Amino acid sequence: MANAAAAPHEHYTSTGLDSWKVGFWTFIGSECLFFGSLISTYMVYKGASITGPYPHEILDIPLTSISTFVLLMSSTAMVLGLDGVQRGSKKLALIWLGMVILLGCTFLGFQVYEFNHFVHEGLTLHTNVFGSSFFVLTGFHGAHVTVGVIWLTILWFRVLMGKLPPQKSLQVEIAGLYWHFVDIVWIVIFTLVYLIQ
Amino acid sequence: MSHSETAHGHGDGHGGHASVGFYWMIAIILTVITAVEVAVFYIPALHPVLPPVLLILSAAKFALVVMFFMHLKFDSKVFSGVFLAGLAIATFMVSALFLLYHWLPAVEAKL
Repeated sequence: MANAAAAPHEHYTSTGLDSWKVGFWTFIGSECLFFGSLISTYMVYKGASITGPYPHEILDIPLTSISTFVLLMSSTAMVLGLDGVQRGSKKLALIWLGMVILLGCTFLGFQVYEFNHFVHEGLTLHTNVFGSSFFVLTGFHGAHVTVGVIWLTILWFRVLMGKLPPQKSLQVEIAGLYWHFVDIVWIVIFTLVYLIQ
Repeated sequence: MSHSETAHGHGDGHGGHASVGFYWMIAIILTVITAVEVAVFYIPALHPVLPPVLLILSAAKFALVVMFFMHLKFDSKVFSGVFLAGLAIATFMVSALFLLYHWLPAVEAKL
């Protein structure tokens, strides 16, 4: 508890760890189970569709490879943004957090294009089990990315207004954990859904 | 924490930090692995071993992001434990359901 007096913005538990970080890592652990259940559903019904379009007919690997690269680069920008906040460099924090938001929106743009293309090709949530499990899995991932973009936009404005000094960098660190988690979920989806057809 | 300081840990829940150069190196490695994944996908000769190769490459990317971007390598072991517990249960669940409802019926259908 002596640490709490030394760092008034952080809330320590009896373990000496910050309670926000403990809570957020627990949340991430539970999110593993959430996406695990969606991935399980996709894997169980893989190849079970009795009508098309089938995955090999419709999935666009070059396009998804680019969107995967975009999301990986957004994770790099995220750690650089956190580094900027921790160093008290408002300029670097704004540039890199802005880059994360931009890359996140680009990823969402790719997903909107992909979903729109699939609907035009005749694949919807109701077409077959591939469509149902694919749209639910990637749709929930997209929803997580959207939440991340909104969260980071709020933090970007807080940095702009000078309300995120290095002492409050934990706020950006926790948003970063969320963003990186969204990235690792996509790493798994890209392999299991797109590459192993 | 100096900008140019190399990666090291605190173990007190504050997370470790690495140099900007180190983060860029991880980014380059992640990009190269992704490029290899896509290349492997387009090589017909590698199709028989495609799933294990892609799973290994994917696991490597996953580990790099978790260890260095999420700072688990430098952070308290409690965070690693909480995350890995969830991940282990999720992996077991995916594997068990896949084997029971996808792989096993396929094997039985062939017999």
